[in-house]
Parts: sequence; structure tokens; C-alpha cells
Amino acid sequence: MNEIIGLFFITVGLFFDFFGCLGLVRLPDVYNRLQASTKSVTLGTCSILFGLFLFKGFTAAGIKALLGILFLILTAPVAAHALSRSAHKMGVGLCKESVCDEYAKEKK
Amino acid sequence: MRKSRIILFFLAFLVWTLLGWPVDFQHLLVGILIACLVAFITGDMFVKRPHVFKSLKRYLWFLYYIPVFIWECIKANFDVAYRVGHPDLPIKPGIVKVKTDLKSDTALTFLANSITLTPGTMSVDVDSENGFLYVHWISVQDQDVEKATRIIVKRFEDILKKVFE
Repeated sequence: MNEIIGLFFITVGLFFDFFGCLGLVRLPDVYNRLQASTKSVTLGTCSILFGLFLFKGFTAAGIKALLGILFLILTAPVAAHALSRSAHKMGVGLCKESVCDEYAKEKK
Repeated sequence: MRKSRIILFFLAFLVWTLLGWPVDFQHLLVGILIACLVAFITGDMFVKRPHVFKSLKRYLWFLYYIPVFIWECIKANFDVAYRVGHPDLPIKPGIVKVKTDLKSDTALTFLANSITLTPGTMSVDVDSENGFLYVHWISVQDQDVEKATRIIVKRFEDILKKVFE
């Protein structure tokens, strides 16, 4: 029974990770791409790890998968924050569809 | 000072135990030594206000914060999947400025992380002195500071104020 639920979680994770990768290719600039890739980490990669935990139970691999979820949730947004902030400081502009940029006004 | 070292010792020891899960005596002995070393070196950097760890009410509010956060995460994933999968790519990006009343570093970190993982928004920079956050929004609904604050920040700010402030 656990294995069936685990397979379900892994399938859901693969589905959302696929959409994250698609967003990385299709969206126009670095900020939008970071949006897509950061969000798909939570439900995508974390549910793959949770499915692995359901397969393995409370063994060495299962507990490490749970810790991996915790560290991913803590670090993925911080990485996106650092990348987008440094990209803006280096002068990487927003794409031409953008409607406003309050951060650039602030820097002047 | 000493209290924050003790808290850090227990956290480090817990993570060590979980990483080397099948518990045996040698693992725990080395773990105690390593956790002591970590707590001794970085004790005053990690926990700045140890009294926060005492009250039970903060833990209960944190437990309430977790399901709210997971629900927003799930919504964010479906939102990204919809925008990316749609043939016309319905985006209207921009960086807006929002206001926050939170002051402590931990609360601001949690707020910025929550904003990044919720639908359509990603925090770009924090101005902690004046209490402003710069948020990249994939579909800008309002460029005004007050209205954007109400849409983006209010979901989490009240809970996080009860947990960390």
C-alpha cells in the first residue's frame, strides 16, 4: 500500500518538475525563469523525496529524504533571492513585457 | 549567551542523529563531540534571542503556519504549471515595493522565503532599516505600495509576527 502511494507522489513530482523545466526554456528573462524553477522545487522535488520516504520507511535512506525536504525548503528560496539580487545589481534588465521596476528607481 | 549555545547544541545533535539514523553508541559519542565543537564556535551567531524558544504559544502558531504555507506552495505550483503550459504565456512581470512591520532577522528571512514560495511572487531585496521588500511579481495586479502589501504580505505577516517577534 505504501508503495502505491509512494509511486503516486513520485509521479506528481515528475509532472511538476517537468513544468519547471519547461518554464526555464519558455519564459523570457532571468527573474521569470527563477520564479518557475524555484516554485517547482517545492512540490516537484520534495514530493519525489517524500515518495522515496514512503518506499523506504524509517530507515537510513528514508530519514535522509525527509531531511532533504527540510533543507531544500530552507535553501531554494535563499538561492533564488541571491541570484535575482546579484543579477539586478549587475544590470541585467527585465524583459520588455514588464510593467514596472521600483527597485531600479530606488537605486538611483 | 550560554542559553543560545545549549539550544544550538541540541539542534546540531538532533540533525547529526537523523543523518546517521540507525542509532548506535559510537555515532552518538562522536555526535556529542561535534555538536559541542559547533556550539562552542558558532554559538553566539545562530540564536540571538534565546527567550523566544521558551514560550509554548510561539510553537503552536508555528504549527498553524505550516499548513497555511503548504497550501500556498501547492497553489503556487499549479499557478506556474498553468502559466508555463498556456500557449499564450499569460505573464505581466514587474518589480513592486511592499512594506512590512517585521523587524527581527529570523522573521524577515521567513517572510522573504514564504513570499518566494507563494504564487507568482519572488523577493529580490530586503531593506530592513526602513521595512521595505522588493518583490518580483509575475503578474502585477497593483503597483501601489499599500495595495500590493495587502495582497502579498498580509497572508503571512500576522502569523510570523506572533511566532518570531
